Amino acid sequence: MSPHLRKKVVVVGHGMVGHRFVTAAIERGLTETHDIVVFGEEPRPAYDRVALTSFFEVGAEALSFLPSGVYEDPRVTLRTSTSVVEIDIAAQTVMLADGEEMAYDELVLATGAAPFVPPVPGSELGNVFVYRTIEDLEAIREAAKTAKAGAVIGGGLLGLEAANALHQLGVKTHVVEMNPRLMSVQIDEAGGRVLGKHITDLGLTVHTGVMTESISPDAVAEISVVDEDEGGVLDGKVSALRFKDVEEPLPVDMIVFSAGIRPRDALARAAGLDLAERGGVLVDEQCRSSDPHVWAVGECAAPGGRMYGLVAPGYDMAEVVADALLGGQGTFTGADMSTKLKLLGVDVASFGDAHGTTPDCLELTYSDAVAGVYKKLVISEDGTRLLGGVLVGDASAYGLLRPMVASGMTLPENPEELILPQSSGGGGGIQLPPEAQICSCNNVTRGDIEAAVDNGCESAAEVTKETKAGSTCGSCKVQVKKIVEDYFTAQGKTVDTSLCEHFAMTRAELFDVVLIHGYKTFDQIIEAHGTGRGCDLCKPAVASILASQLNGHVLAKENRKLQDTNDAYLANLQKNGSYSVVPRIPGGEITPEGLIVIGEVAKDFGLYTKITGGQRIDMFGARMEDLPAIWKRLVDAGFESGHAYGKSLRTVKSCVGSTWCRYGVQDSVGLAIMLETRYRGLRSPHKLKGGVSGCARECAEARGKDFGVIATEKGWNLYVGGNGGAIPAHAQLLAGDLSTEELVSYLDRFLMYYVRTADRLQRTSTWIDSLDGGLDRVREVVVDDVLGLGTELEAAMAHHTETYFDEWKATLEDPEKLRRFVSFVNAPDIPDPNISFGSTRGQIVPEVGEEPAAVGPVSLGASIPVGMPTLEETR
Amino acid sequence: MTETQTQTVTYIAVCRLDDIDPETGIAALVRGEAVAVFRTLDDRVFALSNFDPYGHASVLARGILGTRGEVPFVASPLLKQPFSLESGQCLDDPSVSVATYEVEVVDGEIRVGARRHGTG
Repeated sequence: MSPHLRKKVVVVGHGMVGHRFVTAAIERGLTETHDIVVFGEEPRPAYDRVALTSFFEVGAEALSFLPSGVYEDPRVTLRTSTSVVEIDIAAQTVMLADGEEMAYDELVLATGAAPFVPPVPGSELGNVFVYRTIEDLEAIREAAKTAKAGAVIGGGLLGLEAANALHQLGVKTHVVEMNPRLMSVQIDEAGGRVLGKHITDLGLTVHTGVMTESISPDAVAEISVVDEDEGGVLDGKVSALRFKDVEEPLPVDMIVFSAGIRPRDALARAAGLDLAERGGVLVDEQCRSSDPHVWAVGECAAPGGRMYGLVAPGYDMAEVVADALLGGQGTFTGADMSTKLKLLGVDVASFGDAHGTTPDCLELTYSDAVAGVYKKLVISEDGTRLLGGVLVGDASAYGLLRPMVASGMTLPENPEELILPQSSGGGGGIQLPPEAQICSCNNVTRGDIEAAVDNGCESAAEVTKETKAGSTCGSCKVQVKKIVEDYFTAQGKTVDTSLCEHFAMTRAELFDVVLIHGYKTFDQIIEAHGTGRGCDLCKPAVASILASQLNGHVLAKENRKLQDTNDAYLANLQKNGSYSVVPRIPGGEITPEGLIVIGEVAKDFGLYTKITGGQRIDMFGARMEDLPAIWKRLVDAGFESGHAYGKSLRTVKSCVGSTWCRYGVQDSVGLAIMLETRYRGLRSPHKLKGGVSGCARECAEARGKDFGVIATEKGWNLYVGGNGGAIPAHAQLLAGDLSTEELVSYLDRFLMYYVRTADRLQRTSTWIDSLDGGLDRVREVVVDDVLGLGTELEAAMAHHTETYFDEWKATLEDPEKLRRFVSFVNAPDIPDPNISFGSTRGQIVPEVGEEPAAVGPVSLGASIPVGMPTLEETR
Repeated sequence: MTETQTQTVTYIAVCRLDDIDPETGIAALVRGEAVAVFRTLDDRVFALSNFDPYGHASVLARGILGTRGEVPFVASPLLKQPFSLESGQCLDDPSVSVATYEVEVVDGEIRVGARRHGTG
């Protein structure tokens, strides 16, 4: 099709649903015939508003759906910070705030909703907020720095999210709800009571059944006349809330309104499109408005007159419109409004007919006031079908129960077992039908999940990637995992977690076996627990376990045969058989004298030098037999092994910190040196990297490390589980505002817990993902110490730091260990002819030959020169 | 150089058995060629070309030894391809192998002989 025949779709709004429409349009092929232009009013591209509260922990970039701001499909143009101010449906044009006009063939409205702020006197005061955008949260965070107490008006789902945010920011938080219970839309009275108790236990105050009458200004506020005609408006900040029929005002210095949302339909209204009675663009089952070329999706739309304030129906509408624009017949006929979420650490779920409005339905409840658990099932009159339910305090059964409602399957004989404690979250032997919807956000059924396994997905994580199941709100993840595992089992497929053919156990199991029996050598371990003589998988794994537990020398006679390529010679093997050498430079801090020593060593041994990503210097091209002489020079000058060759701590990178930087709030270099010195030499399942930044600007890129520390004015924030590499991961907040002492104790526990329980070659990010409960579980073990392991883990780390020694210095002192550093056992004076170098940009580079090079006819003399070379001989 | 004439094969002594830790290898220079000499736990001795045909570098003596089933092998330290100590055959790819050498232990001394025909 020639370009001038291409049609244009204009999308107004780049929120979650607008973005979903664009991706659906690209995937379905609409961009083959249509150009798409998207206008977003916010300064940033679409982001995950469902996870808005995690913004304080993860930052804006982690929430973004399109961090680059550009769609890969060049036929889609995204313009952020751009508002559409007018639609002319007759001319088929939209007008932007700056007067620019743009014609469309099809117009998709995805303008979302706006928070509703009731007209309470004083609501225009300073420190009154809503909870919708990242900008709102930034403003709330700023105000929370000085606020002591705050109130959230509205005890619904979003209000509790907002209360959680205030609570996390250290503000004494009040929740104010007009109805007699919290979350009145989703849960019943008994459930609301249990939820309220949980929230009160956390230190928040809940006020139900109260009406906000007015907001009082603080003392400095005054009536200032802005406009003679409009009269005076209140200036200044809030100081208290006044309730109807309550004498005492509630002193607060910030307020967040979360009293519901209203569809943003002003553009449509002005354009003359039909609206629903209670607001929203009235659309048909294909989401088409009263004008055939204007469509509406998400919260601004009202299919059949009803507005949907959840993301899943919005996604469905986006798919329906993309389909309709391609001539499809898909329809949106209503949505499953089931919800499951964790509010302030409390599981809450509501599904189907949660309030039991079906005539003659039966209710089955389980309540444990002590544990704070409440569960209710709503069952059909004849007791055969599940209609809905409410879960508070323990929502593990949600993944099973919601699809049971949706699929209308027959209930098992004793339905109460579905909600009794100890019933597995997966629901015992209950088999959902293939058409049962498991992921309601992305409409994925059990059949879809099993088909993904048939198509080659090997794990639940791969199925999520393939089908999107569990990728939006995550509430069905456990169920997806269980379906995948059950399907594997049904196919006779077992997920083999053995280390290798010699050990039928995981690395974590082997770690415990070694610890319990106190083994000291590989031979003891394989004789007692393995078969054969090991391999290149289990030997380095055992070497790492023994090193983590005993901290002996990796080249000690009985265990050096286990060491992997690099550990075997305490250097990094490069492609032509030469090695690279990296001395430790803790925190990246080095004296001019140190730099000169490294320069001289590199020059004298003819080595290639390069600065590493971990703020140190790598010297390449060392011959194996030269390593001891190189290290003698380095050790004499005070350098230690940098363990660049080990699955062990590499570096703790730092920014320059408060010592020099105008912005720094803490001494990041000092802390980085302390941490790198503390954990140097720690052998671990994979390499470990750390970083310390002296302020929130994060110049040390600490969140790209296995452990990252970022200075705050009150102390340190500790992030864990980041890495670069092929699959980059941002570290997540484990704990905030820690003293240095707390930080070290949490880090000791975190690292040792990882060393003990991770699989071989599993970085911290995948290890955290593999734990049941993920980061929350790590926090329970490390911060809350629920397993009571804290002291033991810290003691293990103390043993490591007390027994640390520089393994290169120890090697140089031991002729037995040096014996192996020879080119040829029978010709130690002859360098390996296969190692040769060319030159690029003034430095050596390796050359690799197709065939082995041979030393010409050599006379090695009459005797066999066998034995250990002295240091003088190796040079 | 000590050379022993045994029928038509020349054996060259390279080191003593005790110079190699059990289940490790060492490189030796034999008639100008780099040869990897390995010792297993039961004191059997094998000699392979030291040259890794995948990585094109002379490194096999530095690999980890192991067993796959009953077959003793060395894993290349570069990219871990396993080579049978007995035949030089790559255990993951039948089309690739490294040369093997005759080898014997006499009075505690390891002697490497001729490169075997049809290998490498």
